[in-house]
This record gives sequence, structure tokens and C-alpha cells, in this order.
Amino acid sequence: MKIRILEKQDTTLGIWMPFIFGLAALLAVITLFNISLDNYIIHIITVVGIYIIAATSLNLTNGYTGLFSLGHAGFMAIGAYISVFLTYNVSLRTAYNLPLLPAILGGSDSQWPFLPSLLAGGIVAAIAALIIGFPVLKLKGHYLAVASLGFMIIVTTLAKGMKDITRGAAGIQVIPRYTSIYNVYLWAAITIFILWRLLHSAPGRAMLAIRESEISAQSQGIHLMKYKLYSFVIGAFFAGIAGGLYAHFTRSIRPYEFSFSMTFFMVIMPIIGGSRNLFGPALGASLLVIMRYILKPVEEYFGIYGLVELIYATLLVVVMMLKPEGILREKNY
Amino acid sequence: MIFGTSYILQQIFNGIVLGSIYALLALGMAIIYGILGLINFAHGALITLGAFCFYTIFSRLQWPFFLTLVLTIAFGGLMGYLLELIGYRKLRGSPGLSLLITSLGIYIFVENLVKLIVTPQPYAFSIPDFLNQMINYHITFRVIDLFIIFTTIFIMLIFSFFIKKNKIGIAMRGISESVETARLVGINVDQVIIWTFIVASSIAALTGFMWGSKYGQIGYDLGFMPGVIAFVAIVMGGIGSIPGSVVGGFLIGLIQTFVIGFLPPGWTIYRDAIVFTLLILVLLIKPSGVMGRKESVS
Repeated sequence: MKIRILEKQDTTLGIWMPFIFGLAALLAVITLFNISLDNYIIHIITVVGIYIIAATSLNLTNGYTGLFSLGHAGFMAIGAYISVFLTYNVSLRTAYNLPLLPAILGGSDSQWPFLPSLLAGGIVAAIAALIIGFPVLKLKGHYLAVASLGFMIIVTTLAKGMKDITRGAAGIQVIPRYTSIYNVYLWAAITIFILWRLLHSAPGRAMLAIRESEISAQSQGIHLMKYKLYSFVIGAFFAGIAGGLYAHFTRSIRPYEFSFSMTFFMVIMPIIGGSRNLFGPALGASLLVIMRYILKPVEEYFGIYGLVELIYATLLVVVMMLKPEGILREKNY
Repeated sequence: MIFGTSYILQQIFNGIVLGSIYALLALGMAIIYGILGLINFAHGALITLGAFCFYTIFSRLQWPFFLTLVLTIAFGGLMGYLLELIGYRKLRGSPGLSLLITSLGIYIFVENLVKLIVTPQPYAFSIPDFLNQMINYHITFRVIDLFIIFTTIFIMLIFSFFIKKNKIGIAMRGISESVETARLVGINVDQVIIWTFIVASSIAALTGFMWGSKYGQIGYDLGFMPGVIAFVAIVMGGIGSIPGSVVGGFLIGLIQTFVIGFLPPGWTIYRDAIVFTLLILVLLIKPSGVMGRKESVS
């Protein structure tokens, strides 16, 4: 006998309505912002959006599947470098010592439009996750954390070392500015939507089961490696997208930006916002990014560099001790 | 390219010096891991603190060298005590991941506190002249290199005596076997955990001095990489085995030095990346490490 509880989301309408309405509302709000607020605030809101994508996708592994990964900045770096490599202006390539595109990618007189480059960045990040996932995802807890951190360090040293493609530690400047508040929030909405649907599908439920107990998940016939890889690869794809958006927003990337600090920044967002809530990472990202922009001037005025991270770390330790589930409580909508 | 014997000996010697530092760090991390099951990221922060403590007392206050060294070790122990008291005690019994996240938080906290106090610029790290003397006997080295090697051997000997004969050392081994059983036979677990942190942290502070004197320069983030590499050393040597973690530390020291010494100069920047590639390979091929007990990592 098959018992099935009908959720309201089981109808096509129930799935797409929230997305379309949400997107329309978001579009309206952003347009309103874009008209009424000054550029600096728009800038901050855009950065918030990029980190919403990064934190939400990181939470798929760290929060929902219970795989504590510290490699997210590595995937962002991959997405950033790949997309920049494809979109970089042909006429500037020789001047800035960047190689022309090989024939297979369109030949030496071509550059790619933004969307395909962004997707390529995400896909390469996802492929990297697939390759690195096999050895790394076999590990539990602490080992996984350090091995994924090692992956991030490997990626950033490669970015420093492969001078012919990445210009090494000098980084790449004058990247075309394709990122706008609109495409950032479109991607943020897509990320949250896909995560939401995923959590209500069989693979998503399998991931939640793995988080609760690997042994009991396995005994229910859940293939651990398969679903861990699913979650790792999907997370990496969106990290790659976030990296591409980041690169085409700041217009310059350097290997050391994708550092342990950045990973730490993203890791604490879901923890503070609420790692078992669909919107927890987004809340954490908004709070922490806005806090950074408020405190940066204070830091620079008094010359006390490190204040922002100090406050983040304190916040993290306090949250871990007093309210380990984060600000928003468990809810998957 | 062919390398002469003295060049090879020189590289091996350099590798052993670097390996000594990693081995001491791995030792400290391994005893904490053995007892709490925690990768203590904050261990790296103690390296930084130790280095800056030595710098402040020796270079700024100009106190005598050996007194400074003793004070640095004591300072490390005190910090370890506070770390356990403020940071980890409240979280005893919560999931392992909470401890890991907290230790990350504590690392970032200390790193940025140091950054805030000393500013992000690097500092020249000076040591007494007698330690800076060059010796040229087949290979070239400074007295400090010998000092590092012999101090390491000395600490290892004391430690193995401590863990075998001392009451607290024996209790540590008991707790790493099973916390519950240890408690049942009347071991004061809290007290032993405090001592573990004090011992591990004072050793870490001493390695901060070693690191600074080897490279001649210290900065607010110097402890991060050695701290993480010390964990890699534990995995390579075999989790759960203290001698294994020491062997792992020496192995990594040798590997990193050989990467710099025997590979073309362009490879130098990959020395940390190579360590992590090896980590992933070890985890794939022989997850129990070189000398590990058969404990599964997956």
C-alpha cells in the first residue's frame, strides 16, 4: 500500500507560483531601489546578493547534508577565473598578458558573452567538485574539513602559479562589468528556488537523512557517495556562478582574495543565520555583509585592521554557545 | 641536473629542522585530538601568540634570552588553559562539528586580535647572536638549527616519559581510549583535559619562537599554515598514534624542503599545495597513515 500525503507543492501551480510571484516582487523592489537609492547602497545590496548565492549553496553541503566543507572559496575562484578567461576583452588581452582563446573556444578574435561564460565557470567548478569529491567525501567530519581546505589552498596556489593564464599574484584587472543587481538577484532567486525544490525531492530527503545519521540512511538503501556528490557538485556549481558574478562585479581578481578569510566569511553566514532554514544563509549573508560595510570605515578611521573579523569570530563563538541552531529556526517551507 | 653529496645532505638537514617544528606541532595537536576528537584550529593561533610573546619580551623589553624562552612557554600554557576554560569547556559533549567550528572561530578571533594590536605589517624577529652563528662543517647551518633539533628531541623524550610514567600522562592515554571508562575508574577528566591543553599549547608557543627564528620574520597570520600542516602530518602519520604524528611531521618537513631544493625554482610556490595533494592521495590510498591504528576515517 502506498500512502502519500499531498502537499500543496505537489501541484505545478504550487511549485511555480511562489517562484514567479517572489521573482516579480523581488524585481519590483530592486527596480525601486535602483531608482531611489544611491550607488553606494546599490553596491552593498549587490554584494549581499552575491554572498546570498555563495552562502545558500554552501549550506547545501554544510547545513543540509552535514558535510562540513571549507573549500567553497576554491570553487568560487574556479568560477571567477574561468568566466573571466572567457569574457575578457579581445583587444585588451595582449596588453594585459592574457592568452587569446584557443580555436576550440571560438578562436583568437573572439570573446564570450556573459551568460555562457558564467555557466561555463559554474560547470567547471562542478566538474572539479566531482573529481575532488570522490576521495574527499569518503571522509568524515574533521578530515573532510581539512581536506577541502587543502583543496582551496591547491586552487589558490595554482592561480598564483599558472602565470600564463592567471597573471599570477598580480591578478587580472579591467574585467568587463557585466554583473548588475538584476542578474545577481535573479541567480540568488534561482539558487534558493532550486534548493527549495531539491529539499522536497527524493535526493534532498536523502541528503537530510545522511545528515541525521549516515548509518541509518545507508540501511534505508541510500547510496551515501551518490547523494553526497550530488550535494557537493550542486553547491560547487552555484559557488562557481557566485565567483563569476563576483569577478565581473569587482572587475579585478587576485588569487589571495579567495582565501581562508573568505571561506570563513561564507561558512559562518549559514551558522549565524540558521543553517536548517532555507532563508537562514541569506539572512546571515545580509547581516554580515552589511555589518562589514558599516564597520569598514570605523576600521580604517582608527587604523584598527582586523576589527570586522574579530567581531565575526566573537559572534560565531557566542552563537555556537548560546543558540547553536542560528537566528532562524528549522524550516524548509 | 646532478646534485652533490653535500647539497643533498644540506637539504636533508634543512628538512629535519623544518620537520622538527612540524613534529612538535603535530604532537600537540595529536594529544588534543586523542582526547577531545577535535582538530584544534586554534593551535595555529598559539604559534603566532608564542612568536609575538617572544618578540615583545626579547626584542622590545630586552630581557635575557633564556628567561624569555621560559616566559614564552609559560605564556603558551596559560593561553591553552584560558582557551579550554573559555572556549571549549561549555561545548563539552556537543557534536564534534560544533567544536570544530568554535575552534575556527577562536583561530580567527586570535589572528585578528593580533592583527589589531600589532598592525598587519611583518616584524623582523631577532635572536641572540650566539644562536645566529654560522657553522660550516660539510654543510652550512646556524646554531639555532641545532637548537631546534635538540630541543625537539629533548621535548619528545620528556613527553614520552610523561605519557608513560606520569599520573596525568597515563590518565591522558586512558581518556583517549575511552572517556567513559576513564571516568568510571576515577580519573578527573576535566583536570586531564586542562593539562592536555596546557602541554600542547606551551609546545605550540615554543614552536612560534622556532618558526620566527628560522624565517627571521613574523606576522599576524604566521600560525595558520603550520597549524593546518600539522594536522596533515597527523593524518599522514596515522591518526591515533603519537609516534606516527611525529613521523608525519618529519616527513612533511623533508618533502617541503625537497620541493624547494630539488625541483626547478618555479615549483617553490607549490610547496603547500603539494602537501595537500599528498594528503588527499594518502587518504585515498592508505587512510590509516604510515603508522596508524586501524581506525577508519570514513
